[in-house]
Amino acid sequence: MTIEQIRTHFPLLQTETVYGKPLVYLDNAATAQRLDAVLDREAELSRHANANIHRAVHRLSSLATDAYENTRDRVKDFIGAGSREEIVFTSGTTAAINLVAFSFGEAFVGEGDEIIVSEVEHHSNIVPWQLMAQRKKAVLKVLPVDESGHLMVERLEKLLSQRTKIVAISHISNVLGLVNPVTEIVRICHKNGVPVLIDGAQGIVHEKVNVSELDCDFYAFSGHKIYAATGTGVLYGKKKWLDAMPPYMGGGEMIETVRFSGTTYAPLPEKFEAGTQNFTGIPTLAPAMDAMDAWREDPQWNREMDAVRDYVLSALTADPRVRLFGVPRGTSEKIPLFSFVVDGVHHEDLALILDKMGIAVRSGQMCAEPTMDRFGVTGMLRASFGPYNTMAEAEAFIKGLNKAIDMLL
Amino acid sequence: MTIEEKKQAVIDDFSMYDEWLDKYEYLIELGKSLETFDEEKKTEDRLIKGCQSRVWLDSELRDGRLYFTADSDAIITKGIISLLIGVYSGATPEEIAEDDFAFVGEIGLRENLSPTRAGGLASMIDTLKKTAAAYVR
Repeated sequence: MTIEQIRTHFPLLQTETVYGKPLVYLDNAATAQRLDAVLDREAELSRHANANIHRAVHRLSSLATDAYENTRDRVKDFIGAGSREEIVFTSGTTAAINLVAFSFGEAFVGEGDEIIVSEVEHHSNIVPWQLMAQRKKAVLKVLPVDESGHLMVERLEKLLSQRTKIVAISHISNVLGLVNPVTEIVRICHKNGVPVLIDGAQGIVHEKVNVSELDCDFYAFSGHKIYAATGTGVLYGKKKWLDAMPPYMGGGEMIETVRFSGTTYAPLPEKFEAGTQNFTGIPTLAPAMDAMDAWREDPQWNREMDAVRDYVLSALTADPRVRLFGVPRGTSEKIPLFSFVVDGVHHEDLALILDKMGIAVRSGQMCAEPTMDRFGVTGMLRASFGPYNTMAEAEAFIKGLNKAIDMLL
Repeated sequence: MTIEEKKQAVIDDFSMYDEWLDKYEYLIELGKSLETFDEEKKTEDRLIKGCQSRVWLDSELRDGRLYFTADSDAIITKGIISLLIGVYSGATPEEIAEDDFAFVGEIGLRENLSPTRAGGLASMIDTLKKTAAAYVR
């Protein structure tokens, strides 16, 4: 399969132009375009199986419930989880991390305890922990990165203490695009008896994840970044933790019995799925994962994607005007996501000019203000490539960027 | 020139270009040619709220007319504020406070900016009007 062939499965990319120019969509780290099979699945369920799940005996409800629950099995296989009880559906990564920060915090965190995050997390993997730390009078500690954007893992062991209750770290930073050494991080933490949550919002997109091999305690990701419907997400959690955690929200199917004298909760995973679920969205995870598995096994597509990444990486590194953040030691640890600044040029000006050329990139803080502070900038420009971005688009981006810089400098 | 003549001049300038890239080129030039703004004036109270990039605006009343100076850390935004103060500097506070700023729509600036920047443009206009209104009172 070629990138061009994969591209035909994304309807938006077939039709959309901006200002009369072909759209070059390079904001995939924010959200990816949706697969035809995803759009079809959601439409089919909405048209033919729209009923609330788990609740009724009627035919439509059982169709909807099957679609939803079968997806749980598909997700379990996709990430190599041990059992379907460990797959909790959420509205996205942010909701999944908030769930853990709250429920894990309630069960295991007390005054003076410590939580560790990295210096380069998305706000969604910082603020939920801050909220929990405030509630529990716990302390948030920070693992730094070096100038090239690599986590200073050698400092982790020292940062861990008897009081550390959990470490929360991204698989891949949404700004730096470097694959973090999560296996090593999990090993170090477990050696010290500390569980690990991995924010997989970007990791799930670019890495083949196997939570059993990785042995992480929690792994969170979103559907909308993997070509599925928005408002869908997954929290993987080890059963021993999920069992020991109280519910996050109450209501709906998360109960066993409700009495005013007291309520008992449903078993996993329903315990964490309060309220009406996104039952037409969640099932779109399955066709998205099917497609991803197929691409990943395809040597042609892998070769082409690597070539796109290598081309952009070398073009940006070779340009003395460009300061790239997240400089890899070897290309394989870099995903096709490039955040940079051009000294003397505002990132927003670049994004605005590129937009007029039909090239969609992101500018600003990218929901990671501490990362901006770390590198001493007010914002960056980010181009993030998807499975459908061709070499011609990569070349158009580099050419457009050069033109924009020339206009502005 | 009156406000109306200045507006017409901007509309004429803008209509020379078909391509938005060229219009940006024009805004960038405007931004670059804006007179320098004292660093010590870049204070929180001169910052226009609601812009993604930072924009500072200062005003001074001389002989019943209002004169503006401005700066921004982004050049296109600087071009936009330069265009605005080019039109309104030297007008009376009453004229500015009562103006409808419709020419901004006529040159297509509003709809051709990204949503965040269009929000910033609205904030700039709002700040100009409020500043003028404060002098009227």
